[in-house]
Amino acid sequence: MIAHALTWRRERRVLPGFGLSLGISLTFVSLILLLPLTSLVGQLSQLSWSQYWFLITDPRLLASYGVTLFGAAVAAIFNAAFGLLMAWVLVRYEFPGKRLVDALMDLPFALPTAVAGITLATLYSSNGWIGRLLEPLGISISYTWIGIALAMAFTSIPFVVRTVQPVLEDLPAEVDEAAMTLGASDSLAFRRVILPYLWPALVTGTGLAFVRSLGEFGAVIFIAGGKPYETEITSLMIFVKLQEYDYAGASAVASIVLATSLALLLAINLWQGRFIKRLHGGRG
Amino acid sequence: MIRIGDAPRVRRLLIGAALVLTALFLLLPLVAIFAQALMSGIDVYWQNLSDDYTLAAIGLTLLVAVITVPVNLVFGVFLAWLVTRFDFPGRRLLQTLIDIPFAVSPVVAGLVYLLLYGRNGWLGGWLDAHDIQIMFAWPGIVLVTLFVTCPFVARELIPLMQAQGSREEEAAVTLGASGWTIFRRVTLPNIRHALLYGVILTNARAVGEFGAVSVVAGAIRGETNTLPLQVEQLYQDYNTVGAFTSASLLALLALLTLAAKAALEWRAARRETAT
Repeated sequence: MIAHALTWRRERRVLPGFGLSLGISLTFVSLILLLPLTSLVGQLSQLSWSQYWFLITDPRLLASYGVTLFGAAVAAIFNAAFGLLMAWVLVRYEFPGKRLVDALMDLPFALPTAVAGITLATLYSSNGWIGRLLEPLGISISYTWIGIALAMAFTSIPFVVRTVQPVLEDLPAEVDEAAMTLGASDSLAFRRVILPYLWPALVTGTGLAFVRSLGEFGAVIFIAGGKPYETEITSLMIFVKLQEYDYAGASAVASIVLATSLALLLAINLWQGRFIKRLHGGRG
Repeated sequence: MIRIGDAPRVRRLLIGAALVLTALFLLLPLVAIFAQALMSGIDVYWQNLSDDYTLAAIGLTLLVAVITVPVNLVFGVFLAWLVTRFDFPGRRLLQTLIDIPFAVSPVVAGLVYLLLYGRNGWLGGWLDAHDIQIMFAWPGIVLVTLFVTCPFVARELIPLMQAQGSREEEAAVTLGASGWTIFRRVTLPNIRHALLYGVILTNARAVGEFGAVSVVAGAIRGETNTLPLQVEQLYQDYNTVGAFTSASLLALLALLTLAAKAALEWRAARRETAT
């Protein structure tokens, strides 16, 4: 038995460097990721349940959950539509400037969020390039939920485009042809044939955009203005509590934010895993 | 061949909508950054750039990138080697842990470091006694940046190295090559584009991180202000031109990042058609 285990071990670890790479990886993960995260648990363990409950159900905080969730939901829905359109146009059509448009899709990931934040705040303020045009129509974007959703949408643009694009590229041309020769109209064929095929990628991308929007800070705070109960997002609440040296309060809110995003990310991964299994006929 | 959406009317409508939306949401903000920075002329732009605080912020930002990128490069390579070349209990868990920085709000990342190294934190008393300053100083900024950027290199390498498998490296072992030789001569040539892309992403994020850094930096002008923090401070001071001047540097770096990515993808596509 032991001999068997030893030979198995030798067979599987032909390549060198197991000990070294395990050591480096575990040291790094422990020091950089786990140790700081346990300090959050440590801070929270000093609170009783009723204190914790009191901290996380503060009315101003409850309002910020609503603002954040609503903004992120609007941003995710916008990105689902915009991302699908962009992926479709970039995969299916040829037009001048296509490579430039394709490269621009990644701008929100490459541009620092604070830069995006002040730029959007300036563009949409009442004397900015776009805000000036909207003001006579009675639409204000700065310091409203629209501004928050807009900033969240900007920073999460790449998610849907970049998850849908490769799937659409792999879609065989025969699928289109079959649908069209059967006499389906464009929109019917798209809804019945293309959309079900893209659905998993679309949901994954939209989910990732939503998670990213929930945690967004730098891009949102400038355009949101941070009016309590109205345009204050949850990550700003953590920041405000820290500036008041309220570490217990900040940690309690952080635990809610952290748990929510981890749960959502896990759900997206599981959902995606199940779908990949189905694609490969049950083999994970 | 007939394909869905090939009718000229549909095609024109969709391309038109895509171009208008891209111009409005992506191109216009980009143009606005440079327009605002140059609003008062090129002389003022240079003057703002050579401001002492701005120069200090550029220096600190470079320092952060110079430390963070190599550290995460080494870590990313070792982690990718570990999870793609060996099977061991906890492998999946390790891969999941690496995703945490992607899911966590940057403010929360800053907070957990403050709880650990801050004055009232676990290590705060010991650090104070030994006169070591981590929070509100450059080491804290480097640490949170390491946290925020640690997934990028590993995330680029893992899928590629998994797909390539380890047969070539195993062959090298049977030929008697040492670990370093195998990595340098066999693995590295196969992964160098993905590695470069991971480094570019790590660098872009390390230079641009705002939320996590603003929690641990304390915003001391000329000392703990990175370029993004400098942008924020100038903007809050109603020095719009100054803020956008610093922002234009970051935007320029973002453009370089996009260009490098496009070039890498273009070369990869050309190699694919060549084989």
